[in-house]
Amino acid sequence: MTSPATVRRGGWRGRHGRASRASAPHNRVFFIILAAPGIIWLALLFIVPFYDVLAIGAGHLNLLTGQPIAVYNPAQWSATNLAGSWHTIFGASAYLLPLIWRTIWYTAAAAALCLLIGYPAAYFVARFAGRRKALFLVLLIAPFWISYMMRMLAWIDLLQINGYVNKVLGILGLPSQIDWLGGRWYTVVLGLVYGYIPYLILVLYAGLDRIDGSLLEASRDLGLSRARTFAKVTLPLSRQPILTGMLITVLPMLGDYFTNQLLSGTTGTTMIGNEIDAQLGTQGFEGQGAVLSLLLLLVLVVPMAYYVRATARSAREAA
Amino acid sequence: MTATAQAARTDVAKAATRPSFPWPRRNPWRHPWILESFTWIYLIWSLVPLVLAVLFSFNNGKSQAVWQGFSWRWYFTDPLNSVAHDPVLQLAVLQTLKLSAYTTAIAIPLGVTFALGIHRWRGITSASFNFVMLLSFVIPELIFGVAMFFVFTTLFSGVGLGTLAETLALVTWNVSWPAIIIQARLATIGNSYSEAAADLGCTPFQTVRRVMLPLLAPAIFASAVLVFSSVIDDFVIVDLLSNNAVNTPMSVYIYSQQHGGNGGPALNALGTIMLVMSFIIAILGYFGYRLMTRGERGTSTTAALTTIAGGT
Repeated sequence: MTSPATVRRGGWRGRHGRASRASAPHNRVFFIILAAPGIIWLALLFIVPFYDVLAIGAGHLNLLTGQPIAVYNPAQWSATNLAGSWHTIFGASAYLLPLIWRTIWYTAAAAALCLLIGYPAAYFVARFAGRRKALFLVLLIAPFWISYMMRMLAWIDLLQINGYVNKVLGILGLPSQIDWLGGRWYTVVLGLVYGYIPYLILVLYAGLDRIDGSLLEASRDLGLSRARTFAKVTLPLSRQPILTGMLITVLPMLGDYFTNQLLSGTTGTTMIGNEIDAQLGTQGFEGQGAVLSLLLLLVLVVPMAYYVRATARSAREAA
Repeated sequence: MTATAQAARTDVAKAATRPSFPWPRRNPWRHPWILESFTWIYLIWSLVPLVLAVLFSFNNGKSQAVWQGFSWRWYFTDPLNSVAHDPVLQLAVLQTLKLSAYTTAIAIPLGVTFALGIHRWRGITSASFNFVMLLSFVIPELIFGVAMFFVFTTLFSGVGLGTLAETLALVTWNVSWPAIIIQARLATIGNSYSEAAADLGCTPFQTVRRVMLPLLAPAIFASAVLVFSSVIDDFVIVDLLSNNAVNTPMSVYIYSQQHGGNGGPALNALGTIMLVMSFIIAILGYFGYRLMTRGERGTSTTAALTTIAGGT
């Protein structure tokens, strides 16, 4: 038995058996060249743009044209825009703070509802759908393939004053002249749930489907009821999919500005995304928009990094 | 054995045979009907509005809420406002298709080579850029769109807003699909194939060309399907980077017409066209993927379905 060391030092397999190791430097160059276009692309069109946002946020205004001027040298950065944003968040006439609270509460409510609705559905399809699994999966995935705008449009049709939702309510003898699209928070929250739940369900399904069925059978054989098996085995094992699924729904919700524009369109339901979108289109406020989006990024960078690490780990485990 | 122990034992035996509830024991493996009904209610809630929205695109009237009979007027017959006769609507359809094609054509080779390179080149640079790539996958689209808006209006102002900016941004946003899917596939394949190829005298280029690319073909195909369809559905990036009717795709057009007013069933027609496009891609993707992974172990209908939807 030759030890790996002797092999590497040049036994009879030295030339062929370990060819990939022997020519490693040569290989390395090849794979660096292979990765280079993607790396250059990401550097130029992902890293540089964020530096540019920083430079604009830390820059100042051209007082003649009202255009933002990016300052690329950190030594010359000014805190004017940061101070402006800070003032709108925490200052005396702060109008952003209520908006931030509203964003958090809409997102939390929508995410909780997504989980409450999505988990049982994903659990059923992963565990009990049996031979009809493919059918259920097609139906669960279908919204994923339909444009967000089309799905919002569908609700705009239904929720109009003379729309079908009010008609059904009228038939049931309930109040049927509700102006659902007139700036109601529950319409916006339901819109968010409807918009983002397919992503959550897909993640939950994939996670729940991966749970080894024999673990659940063992638990049942050992006398645990269905409910206790769920609580003691399934739920702990689905912690990871729940966390990543929540992130995949919460992160885009926090940057959402179109759902409430479409389903409410009034200032009473605006979220932080609307503010960023509005500042981007208002001359003189681009710098503050840049600061605001960077602040949002700063808050979200920890959950984002967590998500990246968690998915990388589960990919390694799956391999 | 003492009498008390004997008594205790029979007690235990009785306790074990006695049902713990006064009513008869139910089948422990019974079908969870409540859960199934819940799932069906969810599916109805999630799909019926869409069916109705498609139906309203055939409405013989201007309302998006009241059914006034079937017609093709919003597709063909209306001489002004139908998709077939309104040049703005046609431009929107065309722009969506253009962006999807451009983005897929650039993002797939970029992502595939990136994944192949990163997979074998282990180092601090490759690890950092892999992390950056994954960040680009999870970052909220608005924050990314804001960065793209600024970079194309200030630093790279030569690009400006429009189709080029949209394409560049969409490629960056979508390049993570092929990169992630290919890396996952490479991890499943393992190193034995490429090592065998190297042992048999292949250069790294030949290994990639003759061994890895054929093995990766289904994954490349699946990611192309995903990128194409996600560009059809994309809204935030193109909303921030489009500036006139020529470079406004369908999603942005629907948004700009619908918010703040009743856009009319022509929008439903546009949405239905988007939907049909996505579904054609999905169906082609599904059958293409099945065909390419034919005879492989562990590829079932459900696995193919989740792959096509991006569940790696």
